[in-house]
Amino acid sequence: MKHTIAVIVENKSGVLTRIAGLFSRRSFNIESLSVGATDNPDYARMTITVEGDRDVLEQVIKQLSKLINVIRVSALEPAESVERELALIKVSADRESRSEIMQIVKIFRAKIIDVSARSMIIEVTGDEEKVDAFVQLLRQFGIKELARTGKVSMTRGARTIKA
Amino acid sequence: MSQGITRESSGKGQGSGPKITGAQAVLESLKREGVDVVFGLPGGVLLPLYDAIYQSDLRHILVRHEQGAAHMADGYARATGKVGVCIATSGPGATNLVTGIANAYMDSVPMVAITGQVNTWLIGKDAFQEADITGITLPITKHNYLLRSAKDITRVFREAFYIARTGRPGPVLIDLPRDVTVDEVEFTWPELDLPGYHPSFKAHEMQIKKAAKALMEAERPVIYVGGGVRYASAHKELYDLATKINAPVTTTLMGIGCFPEDHPLSLGMLGMHGTKYANYAIQESDLILAIGARFDDRVTGKISSFAPRAKMVHIDVDPAEVGKNVRVDIPVVGDAKNALQGLLKEVMPKASGAWNEKIEAWKKDHPLGYIPDLNLIKPQYVIEKLCQLAPDAIITTEVGQNQMWAAQFFVHKDPQKFISSGGLGTMGYGFPAAIGAKMGRPECDVIDIAGDGSFLMNSQELATAVVNDIPVKVAVLNNGCLGMVRQWQELFFEKRYSATILGRTSPDFVKLAEAYGAVGLRATKPSEVEGVIQTALSTDRPVVMDFIVNPAEKVSPMVPAGATLSEILELQWCEEADISHLAKIYADARKEILGQEGI
Repeated sequence: MKHTIAVIVENKSGVLTRIAGLFSRRSFNIESLSVGATDNPDYARMTITVEGDRDVLEQVIKQLSKLINVIRVSALEPAESVERELALIKVSADRESRSEIMQIVKIFRAKIIDVSARSMIIEVTGDEEKVDAFVQLLRQFGIKELARTGKVSMTRGARTIKA
Repeated sequence: MSQGITRESSGKGQGSGPKITGAQAVLESLKREGVDVVFGLPGGVLLPLYDAIYQSDLRHILVRHEQGAAHMADGYARATGKVGVCIATSGPGATNLVTGIANAYMDSVPMVAITGQVNTWLIGKDAFQEADITGITLPITKHNYLLRSAKDITRVFREAFYIARTGRPGPVLIDLPRDVTVDEVEFTWPELDLPGYHPSFKAHEMQIKKAAKALMEAERPVIYVGGGVRYASAHKELYDLATKINAPVTTTLMGIGCFPEDHPLSLGMLGMHGTKYANYAIQESDLILAIGARFDDRVTGKISSFAPRAKMVHIDVDPAEVGKNVRVDIPVVGDAKNALQGLLKEVMPKASGAWNEKIEAWKKDHPLGYIPDLNLIKPQYVIEKLCQLAPDAIITTEVGQNQMWAAQFFVHKDPQKFISSGGLGTMGYGFPAAIGAKMGRPECDVIDIAGDGSFLMNSQELATAVVNDIPVKVAVLNNGCLGMVRQWQELFFEKRYSATILGRTSPDFVKLAEAYGAVGLRATKPSEVEGVIQTALSTDRPVVMDFIVNPAEKVSPMVPAGATLSEILELQWCEEADISHLAKIYADARKEILGQEGI
């Protein structure tokens, strides 16, 4: 079972290492991890997806909370939160396939951000399933390169996860 | 640390007041944290710091190997409850601390380790004696710091001591680049500001009420006590609770001394080499009240069949321990003393009953014991004699058979007087820990119960004890082998003693002691044991007692690894064939080394 956790950490060097080190030492499985600044430059926000049962999730949250540089840890319930991931996909595209790819891009509300004679780069945003489906559809044309950001997530409504 | 230090707490502001060096700021920080002794060994990058130490009144104990410094700081901390401090230089000095830091981390010992580091502009360039010690110690410290500016020194030291001693205690490392100790800075003593650190203290009232109700309803309760009770100084509250409701108490190795072992409610230690009656009681219980204990594999045996009928109540200051290894019915997160005070108010007195009688019967039927011998010294006999002649001594141990016998046969009554490496199981811990304990509690006799294998791992600290006039005593239970591993080989590897027989290769411990200027004594017969101990205790110098003990003796009882606690075996002390086999190997070796006739 996959769980999504939002972690607010102090924006200092070495903090990512502490988090990554904790996961490997305790044998927790990270599916994805994304990190970026928050509204407050002193803090960064990580979104971590972990694989495991409820007990594993509980241990992950408790162990993360023990780190001195971790300010807040919160599990996000899928039904009560939105999640997005961005992917850049460099796909083979020649004269024959270009228009077909553009149609798929349109259906998925993705964007073409670079075009050359033999390839294009497409930017797609969505939840994990949408990105997966999009990547799957493009595979027939030949994916030359793929970069995904990992998931970011936020609770719906007025409730906030802040420092 | 003299002139020019501004005393006011002026926050982070750097005005134009008088300046001191980073090294002086370190010493002033240590002073403000109440540090009266540090254990360390200098090196190139530490020259400015050691120059400041030279000019200060801080007591510095020079060790002969940095691992010794870490264990001394650890032993000092366990004996006093204060934060122990050790210092090592960059690179190899720092890496030599690693075992000691890991040891303190596993046993939740409050410690601050200060390491030198190369100049900040050389970090990452593979400079001479550079090691990424914050990276190396990341998984074995509660927190660590790499200082990059002298202005952060006081803040970091203040935070480090606070983190080390609060909540679940643990080691904190501060890496101190050379230039940071040279740079000048205005002294300030900033307020603590740790937005991500909130150690739990007060137990939730509702959970206390639930726990108390469960305790009242239980017919066969067992209180299972770990090191958390010791660090919270909650042993008096524990005593009051146990005696109020007449519940039996068993302790882990770390919890030894938290409940007086001569009390009728004491079950002694549980687990792999615990008493039979403690393990039986756990397996039969209908309620376990775990306090400051972490359900370690050496305690629980096969975890899925641990206390199968018991409701689990778990009090711990570290929320991550609750539910980590076993399912818990009533979690209580908070300081052991606070939680026990709460529980004491909620429970009604309970008379002793059928459960207590059952336990009495188990105690009578399955006492700890050994077969006495008139010719060979039994290691258990040495411990019993030590207990008889120095009942109030602080006991430290090495790891292995010596440790288990020290736990089993000394009657422990004071939580700060049994000091042993539990979690990491560090051979070589006991002797430097004894030196640290003696520094912290000079009024106490301090005795390291050792094996011939483990003592050699840090015996160089004999020089430290002699030079600094720290009169600790070492009782080497010399069985000529790495006894615990040999025991497992005997039981589970068909007596193939692979790399465990030391006899031929160990030094003469009496001469070793004398070479360092300490006193060496030897007993080869049971009749000599008492005299040797008495002489050692009446000597105001470091003493090594070499007790030539029966090599075939095993630690009993024993729960084999992976077995259920109730499957605890009474190990016949040894078969005649075993003893003659081992004795022969051993006697040959001794003859060669000492020119003596065997054991």
